[in-house]
Parts: sequence; C-alpha cells; structure tokens
Amino acid sequence: MSQYKFLITSSPHIHSGESVQKIMFSVAGALLLPTLAGVYFFGTRALILVITATLAAVATEAIFQKLRGKPVTVWDGSAIVTGMLLALNVTPALPVWMVVVGSVVAIGLGKMIYGGLGMNPFNPALIGRVFLTVTFPVQMTTWINPVDGTTGATPLALMKMQGVPTDYYKLFIGNVGGCLGETSALAVLVGGLYLIYKGYVDWRIPVSYIGTVAVLTFILGKDPIFHILAGGLLLGAFFMATDMVTTPVTKLGRIIFGIGAGIFVVLIRLYGGYPEGVSFSILLMNAFTPIINRLTVPRIYGEVKTR
Amino acid sequence: MLKTFKGGIHPPYNKELTKHKPVEKAKLPQRVVIPMSQHVGAPCEPVVKVGDHVKVGQKIGEAKAFVSAPIHSSVSGKVVAIEPRPHASGAHVMSVVIESDGTDEVYEGVKPPKPLEELTPDEIKNLIREAGIVGMGGAGFPTQVKLSPPADKKIDTIIVNGAECEPYLTADHRLMVERPEDVVLGLRAIMKATGVNRAYIGIEDNKPDAIEAMKEAVKSFSDIEVVPLATKYPQGGEKQLINAVTGREVPSGGLPMDVGVIVDNAGTCAAIANVLKTGMPLIERITTVTGAGVKEPKNLLARIGTPVGELIEQCGGFAGEPGKVIMGGPMMGISQSSLEVPVMKGTSGVLVLQKSEVKTLEPMPCIKCARCVDACPIHLLPTYLGKFAEKGMWDEAEKYHALDCIECGCCAYVCPANIPLTQLIRLAKNRILASKKK
Ligand code: SF4
Ligand code: SF4
Repeated sequence: MSQYKFLITSSPHIHSGESVQKIMFSVAGALLLPTLAGVYFFGTRALILVITATLAAVATEAIFQKLRGKPVTVWDGSAIVTGMLLALNVTPALPVWMVVVGSVVAIGLGKMIYGGLGMNPFNPALIGRVFLTVTFPVQMTTWINPVDGTTGATPLALMKMQGVPTDYYKLFIGNVGGCLGETSALAVLVGGLYLIYKGYVDWRIPVSYIGTVAVLTFILGKDPIFHILAGGLLLGAFFMATDMVTTPVTKLGRIIFGIGAGIFVVLIRLYGGYPEGVSFSILLMNAFTPIINRLTVPRIYGEVKTR
Repeated sequence: MLKTFKGGIHPPYNKELTKHKPVEKAKLPQRVVIPMSQHVGAPCEPVVKVGDHVKVGQKIGEAKAFVSAPIHSSVSGKVVAIEPRPHASGAHVMSVVIESDGTDEVYEGVKPPKPLEELTPDEIKNLIREAGIVGMGGAGFPTQVKLSPPADKKIDTIIVNGAECEPYLTADHRLMVERPEDVVLGLRAIMKATGVNRAYIGIEDNKPDAIEAMKEAVKSFSDIEVVPLATKYPQGGEKQLINAVTGREVPSGGLPMDVGVIVDNAGTCAAIANVLKTGMPLIERITTVTGAGVKEPKNLLARIGTPVGELIEQCGGFAGEPGKVIMGGPMMGISQSSLEVPVMKGTSGVLVLQKSEVKTLEPMPCIKCARCVDACPIHLLPTYLGKFAEKGMWDEAEKYHALDCIECGCCAYVCPANIPLTQLIRLAKNRILASKKK
C-alpha cells in the first residue's frame, strides 16, 4: 500500500472546471449569432470580414508572443473574441485589408503592449475600431443597405441628420444599414442572454447601460426604443461593456460602469459630432474602471466602522 | 426561504457515497500513534513513559495551559515509543505510540458522572475539559475554553453546527440520524454549563433525514430549535452559520462570543454526551472514509491514533490508482504524503482521490472575471489579494483584509484562470502575522 506517491498540494483539492478557454469560446459562440445575422443581411463579404479579422487577430497575438519569446497562448480564445468583435463593429463595406489593420492594432496596441491577456485597460476590439475610424474615416462610414448592397445611411445618421425614423420591426430583426454585427437586435439579444444564462456576463452592466440610455433619451424627449434598437448599443452593452478584463470586479462598480457608459452614449448621440457613441462611451468608462474598483470595495463580513 | 449567507459555492457534494451507510465500528488497531497536539493551543506533555502499560481512557498527555485539552489512550497496551511522528499538518509532532494488547481493557478511573440534572455548570465544564473534548469539525478548539468566556461577554445563543458543508463528508450526518438524542444531551450540557436558554441546530437541507431525526429528538425542549439551512458551501463555516441562523456578524478579528454566540459541532455534542453517559473521554470518533479512490466508502467509528492506511484497508483498499489522500474534506482538508498519519480528534474524513481526478492546473493571467469576488463568503476581493501576495505587497494585502480570509477555498475553486488564490492569501496571512509578532 505504501508504494504509491501521493500528490501534495494546498487546499482546495477540487476545482469548478471553469476555464478562461471555456469562457472565451462561449463568448465567441454567442458572437456567432450576430455574425450569422450579418452574413444573412450583407452576404458573403460579411463572412469574409469576420473570418479575416479573427485570423489576423490570432496571428498577431501569436507573432507578438513568438517575438518576445513568450509561450504562445492563442488557444485561450481571447484573440478570437477580439477579432470577431472588431469585425462585427465595422461596416460590411470595409475593404478587407483595413480590417486586418484593425485586428493588428487591436491586439498589438490594445492588448500585447500591456502584457497580454488580463493586463489591458481598454477593450482591444474597440481600440482597433477607434483606430480605423480615425484613420479611414470615409471607408469606416460608408454604409450599405442590406440585401441589395447599395450605399445608404444608418438609422442613427438618418435620425440625426434628417430626422427620419426607421421602424422598430426592421431595427429589431436587422434589415437596416449599419455595422456588420449590430444590424440585428434580435441576434445580439439572444447571444447576450445566453451568456447571462451561462454566468459569463453579469446582467448588471447591460441592464444599467441600456436602462440609462432609455431613461435619459425619454427625459430628453427622444424615442428611447429607437435609441436602444438602433446602432451598436445592444452589441456594446452585451458584448463589449461586459468584457471582464476591462470592467469593474465589484457588483456596484458594474452598475456604475453601465450608468456612466449610458450617460456618455446619450451625450455623444444627441449633442456630439458623431451619430454613434457606444465605442467611445465604453472606452471612457474603461478608463474609469480602476477608480470605480477602488471606490466600490465591498464592506466585508464583520467589518466594523472605525471612526 | 431557507436561511443562508451571501457568497459561497455549490460544488458537487458526492455525499451519496456514504450518506446512507450506517456507522461501522472500525477494527481495533494493533498500534496507535497519538499526537500530543490535536487541538488549537499548547501541546500536551506526555505523562507516560516508554514501557508503561496503559488502558483505554487513561490520560497520557497532560494539558498544562488554559487553552489546551488533555489526551487519552484509545487502546489498552504498552507504550512503545514517545517521539515525533508524521502528523496530518505535514509536520512531525511529538506522539505517544501504543502497542495494543487486544484486551481493550477500560481504565479504572473511567466512571459515569452524576446525572446532568445534578451537575453544576463548573462540574460540567470540568468534565468536558478532563475528557479532552475539542471542536470536532476540524479546527479543534478546546470546547471547555469556548464555554468559559470572559465575564464581559454575555452569551445568549448556542448553535450546534450540523451543516457539514464539506463535500463527501457524512460523519455528522450519520451521527444526527443514528444518535440524535446524544447530540441533544450534549447540547443541553452546554446550555447548562453556560446558563443559556436558547439554542439552534443548523443543518443543511440536503440532509432531510437528519433534520427529521433532530426535530424528533428536540420535541420536548422548547428552547432548542432545528434550523434547516440552504445547501451551500461554506454554510458550516462558523461565521456563515452564525450569520445564517441569527443574522449577526462576528466582527472582523473577533470571536463568536463577541456577538453572544457559541458554536459547537454536532460531533462535539455527542462526545460530551458520551462523557456524561459513560465517563469515557474522547478516544474515538466517526470519520468518513470516502472518495472514488477507495473501494467501499464507509463511515467508521475509529479510535484516535489509528493510521489512516488501516481505515482505507477496512474500506476494501484503494480503487484504481490513488492520486491524493486528504485528511478532511476536499475544500479545506490537507493532502498527505504518508498513510501512517493517525486519525485525530478533528479528523472528520479521509478522502482518497484517484490519480485521474487530480490534475495540476496551469495558472493563467487573471481575467478579472470576478467569480472569486462573488464566491467569497467574507466579501473580500481575492483577485487583488492574490496579486498582492504574488508581488509581496503585504501591507496592501492587509489593507484589503487578508487576515479576515477563512481559507474556505471558494475563490480558488471558481477561478477560471486556475490561480491558487487561497494558497496565495494564506501566504499573505502568514507574512502579515509574522511581521506583527516582531
Ligand atoms: S476568479 Fe480568477 S480570473 Fe476571475 S477575477 Fe478572480 S482571480 Fe481573476
Ligand atoms: S479562501 Fe479566503 S478569500 Fe478565498 S473565498 Fe474563502 S474567505 Fe474568501
């Protein structure tokens, strides 16, 4: 009986089986829904964009890690998520090489220079997107109409520039111009709810974020339903404002994060120069995340007020 | 709604292996190794010499300090060695080794005391101390010390911990099903010793038969209430239990008595009952020998000092290739390198995991998913504490309340990045405490 060698480790001796990989692949899986919606409405060019962006993101990460002599960890799935998110956040009319540039920037400048997974303060996909918006302003805002592929404006732009509303049903299903992945509110919702159900997304962020936009637009005399369904709010609220790495770890902090992002979106959409404000609102709140964390440290069990 | 606390986890409980198996008397060991330190507090000093003949229940280790508990022989036979031996903590601890003569002769001094009704509180406390009774849930705090709080701490509530929230373990479960009246007798002795007339018995609702049995046993005592609790780990943690049952919070750095509560384990109550009924000190306990790594998991009534290897043999030996032998449960137990380590007063279980079940998981970077934050029953930020420990930032760790960590293991259990959070925080605690001593 004594011939065995037993493993000695510190407790606990069991593990939930949860892993970074599982989380990332579940997010990627949920992102397939808006991807499929994008492909349905915009055709194969959408598919090509998503695949290219993803491959470019993974390749960038691998190359960076190789160059620095670090172990290559692309199998953790986080680069896949970044690549997909970036593609879902660009116009389906974007030239393919540009999305590759976006992926390289997202992973390189958005993630690897900070030290890789878990270290980046800002959502990498949004870094990529903002870079593209600034560098290729024309291409990034050339929107196309679903199905026929003719150029057109997004519902938010129509509303902002010409005061033309788009009907809710179209917005909900996705038959409107806009970013590849934000066109169908339905697809985003189903994917997001799946992640909430799996426990990979805290409902507090999408609820406080979307709720704030709804309340504020209503108070300011705008149409809240339109503002929720149009543009990238849903995609941002469920998939980007909930990125674990760049959002607060406390529950209260997440609510504050959502409210803050909601306020920024409304400010930008109604008073800013851009018709859309989701990306900036999330990046801005990413910057506040460390402070929010510090200010919302929970009261511990048995903590007694000292002075 | 069932009573519970905030935070915690739902690991697989794996109690089916033994929860319906009646307690069996383990075979009398041929040789016992009885450590002189089985409790929180000062170790005992051996009061026997090599070559001495001892009997069952005879004192072999004297507790000199107030926070300590004497130790008795669990067999009759000859003292063959007094030397440091492997201990469940991983260290070598002074132990008395006794070769059994197989007669199991009881020491003359072991006699039933007066009935409980005639005992004074001080007599009860003295009986408990002399019987070497300590907390049997694992921590091993001397029970009599708990029952003697300083005069300025007014105790108004006794809670019997029957939660048994550690996965796999069913020792308390079987005890409550099979001998509920002993638990109640022990509890009444505690109530009398402390002059408290309100008591609760907290049991997780995954043990409906134990809840039933205990309810039946307390029927005629209006001052004792059985409280079913939500099944959630660590429901049986002292602080969580107090919070669930009374709504009170033990202040940070304080003790249950600071909120007027004394918590005692169900097994401890039964051990007290045993003293009252027979006079026999604490020389045996129920321990669950379980896990996929043993052929036939059982609840065994084992003598203190029995090498765990013998218990495993009595359960049919190993099933498959064993990978880990754990004293206690999978969340807080200690992995062992030797099968020689003896059963102690606080050994609630011996868990054997198969080699295929034990994986060493590669840590990854923290993705700030906050699972650890949500799971921590103390509402700490384990992700921060882990990082501070990794970087040696002990002051920061202390500021973020590392010392309040109860080492329950929830954070490490849930972490998708496999960061050994509990281990890191334990390290931080040790460092902080060490620097305080200076
Ligand atoms: S559970 Fe692990 S990965 Fe998640 S925040 Fe805590 S330490 Fe980081
Ligand atoms: S081990 Fe400590 S930090 Fe981790 S969950 Fe338990 S109490 Fe919290």
